[in-house]
Amino acid sequence: MKASQDIPLKAKLRKAESSNTTKSYALILPLGIFLLVFFLVPIASMIYRSVDNPLLAKHLPRTSEALKLWDSSKTPDEKTYATFVAELKAVGEKTSIGRIAARLNYDKGGMRSLVVKTARKLKRVSVNTLPPEGTWKKTLAKIDKRWDQPEYWATIKNAGAPITVGYYLAAVDKKLDINGAVVKVPEHKRIYLAIFWRTVWVSALVTSLCFLFGYPIAFLIARVQKKCVNLLLIMVLLPFWTSLLVRTTAWIVMLQREGVVNDLLIFLRLIDEPIQLIYSSFGVLVAMTHVLLPLMILPVYSVMKNISPDYVHAGLSLGATPWTAFWKIYFPQTLPGVGAGALFVFILTLGYYITPALVGGPQDQMISQFIVYHANHSLNWGLASALGTLLLLGVLSGYGLHNKIAKIDTIKLN
Amino acid sequence: MDKPHVQFIDVEKSYDGETLVVEKLNLDIFSGEFLTILGPSGSGKSTCLSMLAGFETATCGEIKLHGKSINSVAPHKRNFGVVFQNYALFPHMTVFDNLMFPLKVRKIPLADAHKKVHRALEMVWMGGFADRWPSQLSGGQQQRIAVARALVFTPDLILMDEPLGALDRQLREQLQQEIKQIHNELGVTFVYVTHDQNEAMTMSDRVAIFNQGVIQQLATPDSLYECPMNAFVAEFFGTNNRLIGKVLQDNGETCRVELKDGSQVEALAVNIHEAGTRTTLAIRPERVLIQPNRDDCPNVYKVKVKELTYRGDHIRIHTSLCENEDFVVKISNNEKKVNMNPGETVEIGWRVEDCRALDPYCSDSVCPI
Repeated sequence: MKASQDIPLKAKLRKAESSNTTKSYALILPLGIFLLVFFLVPIASMIYRSVDNPLLAKHLPRTSEALKLWDSSKTPDEKTYATFVAELKAVGEKTSIGRIAARLNYDKGGMRSLVVKTARKLKRVSVNTLPPEGTWKKTLAKIDKRWDQPEYWATIKNAGAPITVGYYLAAVDKKLDINGAVVKVPEHKRIYLAIFWRTVWVSALVTSLCFLFGYPIAFLIARVQKKCVNLLLIMVLLPFWTSLLVRTTAWIVMLQREGVVNDLLIFLRLIDEPIQLIYSSFGVLVAMTHVLLPLMILPVYSVMKNISPDYVHAGLSLGATPWTAFWKIYFPQTLPGVGAGALFVFILTLGYYITPALVGGPQDQMISQFIVYHANHSLNWGLASALGTLLLLGVLSGYGLHNKIAKIDTIKLN
Repeated sequence: MDKPHVQFIDVEKSYDGETLVVEKLNLDIFSGEFLTILGPSGSGKSTCLSMLAGFETATCGEIKLHGKSINSVAPHKRNFGVVFQNYALFPHMTVFDNLMFPLKVRKIPLADAHKKVHRALEMVWMGGFADRWPSQLSGGQQQRIAVARALVFTPDLILMDEPLGALDRQLREQLQQEIKQIHNELGVTFVYVTHDQNEAMTMSDRVAIFNQGVIQQLATPDSLYECPMNAFVAEFFGTNNRLIGKVLQDNGETCRVELKDGSQVEALAVNIHEAGTRTTLAIRPERVLIQPNRDDCPNVYKVKVKELTYRGDHIRIHTSLCENEDFVVKISNNEKKVNMNPGETVEIGWRVEDCRALDPYCSDSVCPI
């Protein structure tokens, strides 16, 4: 039915609802601002930092420009050398030189000492007079022979762009070679890809363990009498309410060489010598599974408790064995809960930092450990941001995948 | 009559070890009959069905199928089709797969199974719905599919646990007809649980009325209505006027009962104790006569019309008689109807055969006699 004469129905509806709409927006405004300032802006800045590369573009712009046209099979021409010397001298301040040197050192080891030494030696030379060795090429080669090798110039060239993918390349164990082509870094320097895979692998393992242990518990809680449900739920949640550090430390006490578990096993004469339980993958898996188990149990339980026992009864009455009734009828209906729980556990494990740092060995460190290292210790924020952004992408794709599957499920279930 | 199809022999059920949900149940169900278990919620009727289906085990007693005990037979080996109130269609399977499920677990050849599925769907008038998901169907359609699923593997017995409880009245009446028709066509034994006495009345061959874990009366719908043997049945099965009194004199076939206000009633002595004990008189509203002929009616009273409700095919007159504040009289809406207005006084009465003196009735579980 068409609404009356002049004002369209949609406009009327909007007018009628406008005060409600305003109120709802006002209610979520504080949260919105909070999220914007403390969540979205930092993430945006992280993503920006992972490609932002202002240093050389600011201090050595003409050198970078000149190197763009350079044929990388031999050293640059004399004019480029002169430009480089002039710009390096113009930087002047020690701190800026240090930063440039550190930045170049990310891409190629030895660049730091080379640049600092060169800058120091060039202080005594004037740019306005002729170069001391006849040409700037020879002068630099005298200061350090490495200036005769094209790969050092290639490093400056590759680091010259104001926006760089270099950090991302480094984060996946790749780099630009002297011709500007993407190549793998030498084998002994490849670490991040392996760590990404380890992170995903450990997350998958922890998720599976949480599922294996959590599903039967959720099933039990969904089945027991009402008065026992609260007790069981509290027992599930109790570890969740304890501080993460306390729980992790407790695992150290349990699993260490002279710890409770080893002592007990020796007492029972199952082993003769203490076995390595902690500072190993075993310790990480045990501690993380324990920490994250409630996040699997709760969503699975909440789904199970809404599944009427009639479904299994119907299956039995139709001739299915108890196992078939469980597997073909009950289990598929719990999948939304399993999916949600697995997503929680998987995403949280991807970013877990404290537990592996405390109970894992050097071979068990996950990607977040390296993000912290580059953010706090090596101060390579670009690389830290690139690793962080890749981790964020991983989380988002996991979420997207879950949503896609869940969507199919909800269409069927509702 | 032939040998019973299903027998409950002294079956009892307790969940907590303290109270009995079902008490000493003895019930024979005959082949091909439509037996309804009717009772208020909590009367143990669903528990009986669960025990029969094998979802619950009997605490003691025996359930026999064709004379053989099935107490220790697992539910999936009983070959009973069960229809649930919430339909219990598997939400992650299409209608077709739902119906295929019992055939697949029985490893019935595919071509055969397809034929059976389509025949079952035709039977419930849902032939075109094989590829739908249960969530795309209305409640009535889902229940039809659930019925088809319970039929498709030619079960020995079909059990239905309040299958129409979640549907609105019109749909419920339509499905009652359809289920009845299916029963007539297939001739399978149906055990049907409901709390709706209309449903029990229209569908069943026999009705077992349950209360507090005990069968109160087991009979055909008409004899339950015409000849209730106790006050609970009279009250639960159909509308009823109840008068409470004391037995004055037991004359064998009939008796004299004194009401609280001192007036006396002649009634059929159905289920009374000796003179002096309490009794409940049950009179169906349509058997109460307006301005009766004193010759056939020894029981005549003057009452004031409190309210009239118009029900289309009949009119209900609400009055109060003795302690019953809502004594209802039904008169047919035909050319013989008497015009009256609220506030008027009329004479009502009933014949001795229409007034049954039964056991003392109370709705609470504790019943002082």
